[in-house]
Amino acid sequence: MTFVSNLLSYLATEPFRLVVCLLAMMAFVGLNAAYLVWVERKGAGRFQRRPGPTEAGPAGLLQPIADALKLMSKQLLVPAGVDSLLFRGAPLLVMSPALMSLAVIPFSQTLTACRLNVGLLMIFALGSVNVMAIMLGGWSSRNKYAIISAARVVSQNVAYEIPMLLVVITLVMVSGTMNLNEIVNQQQGWFWHWNICRVWVNPLMPVTFLIFFTCMLAETNRAPFDMAEAESELVAGAYTEYSGMGFGVFFMAEYANILLGCGLATALFLGGWQSPIPGLPGGVLWFLLKMYFLVFSVVWIRWTFPRTQFYGLLNLSWKILIPVSLFTLVLTSGMLKLMRHFGFGV
Amino acid sequence: MKKALKDIFGGFGSLVTGMRITIGQFFKPTVTLQYPHQSLKMAKRFRGHIELVRDPDTGKALCFACKLCERACPSDCITVDGAKLEGAKKKSVTAYKLDFTKCSLCGSCVEACRDGAIRYSRDYNLASLNKDEFIMDLFEKLETEAKADGFVEVPKAPVAVAPQVPGLTPAPAASPIAPAMPLAAATPAAAPAPGPAAGTSGGSPA
Repeated sequence: MTFVSNLLSYLATEPFRLVVCLLAMMAFVGLNAAYLVWVERKGAGRFQRRPGPTEAGPAGLLQPIADALKLMSKQLLVPAGVDSLLFRGAPLLVMSPALMSLAVIPFSQTLTACRLNVGLLMIFALGSVNVMAIMLGGWSSRNKYAIISAARVVSQNVAYEIPMLLVVITLVMVSGTMNLNEIVNQQQGWFWHWNICRVWVNPLMPVTFLIFFTCMLAETNRAPFDMAEAESELVAGAYTEYSGMGFGVFFMAEYANILLGCGLATALFLGGWQSPIPGLPGGVLWFLLKMYFLVFSVVWIRWTFPRTQFYGLLNLSWKILIPVSLFTLVLTSGMLKLMRHFGFGV
Repeated sequence: MKKALKDIFGGFGSLVTGMRITIGQFFKPTVTLQYPHQSLKMAKRFRGHIELVRDPDTGKALCFACKLCERACPSDCITVDGAKLEGAKKKSVTAYKLDFTKCSLCGSCVEACRDGAIRYSRDYNLASLNKDEFIMDLFEKLETEAKADGFVEVPKAPVAVAPQVPGLTPAPAASPIAPAMPLAAATPAAAPAPGPAAGTSGGSPA
């Protein structure tokens, strides 16, 4: 036992801790990307009264491994005329921000790779890199569909970044910090202390959560906002020319981003690792439970709603989400000012 | 303003309704038939390729090789052979081949059959990489199915040889004719053997 604890304390020293954290994050993202595909396919099946994958392993559990082997054994084609550097760089660029952002997500009180004072800011800074990577992939492909998709990705993400940031600013005003650990710590206690239920600060808090979640769907290009990869219109959008693991990495990045978005929503609105009842011990399991519930909702939404049209997508953002989130921002700041004035702590 | 608000709330309500419906479907049992592992039972009147009808008592074919079906077939895909067995009143079918590559499933054969000795099967898994698999020996199929269902295979009396066996009591008469028996019995070791053994073992000349 002493050996194990010595080893653990040794690994906790700085250079090793970094490597361990990086490895753990990559393993977590890889495993989740693989098995979220399984969840997606199983879920899609159940929503349509089919069993989903059943043949590879018990309940199709080996299916992601078979898929990964297939993708890895395929040739990586680089079509003639593409911008080779950007074309090869885009998959790397799309994957790395998701991995880096995951470093600041607090899985539990102790389980955070990097406690950053500006964690929230870092996630949103890197979130834009993801958009740029998809845009570059589409741009460098020298393919009509890919370029249309690239243009769509940019305008969609610009449109949805705004309400998302407004919502997050609201939340930062309520919490007074950008440190995600700190934000989760503030939501301790009964579940009505979670940010989603703090209606005395802002009566529109649940709406704020919905706006955040909607924007998260749009930012990760998930149905019903999957304009970037609209199969019925654009073949595979920005990923059209990618083969084998090049496509596989884009695919993994999509799931990594979903994971990140759901993890962030959990930490910001659903109390992170805190248990809903003070008696129960909090911990990483609560975090994972809430996060996977949100991930399931993402699948649930995908198999419920048809894809929106592009103007519908932009209308939703500019005409509904941005005005409402601006309104909540003004309302929250007003409420906070009033409460300070009358001597209520938040 | 009023209309816009109504649109927002009405639209959100319809989204919630949609999600409620899909989650309801999520928890219902699946309806897929796992085809290679399970298969549908075809309807009673499904018209597959033909098959011979079995006599439920004896497990033998009802067909007595009248060849009406062979004659009725417009594409010449049926070949029937029959022989009169010892002790039987009618002829019995001894070979029934269906060349399914030529069959157009018109059903003339079934209509032509006066005794209901052939019918449509409900077999629909008809895919193969080999053309020869569609030249079906329906007689053999019937025999193997009968065996699988527990009908004991009665040793067939030799078709061609049986009439040549002289004498009403085979036991004493067998020894002088023993060399004339089929090859299996005609080995030197078997030649001096007692008559009855040689007589019964001369069963299947094929």
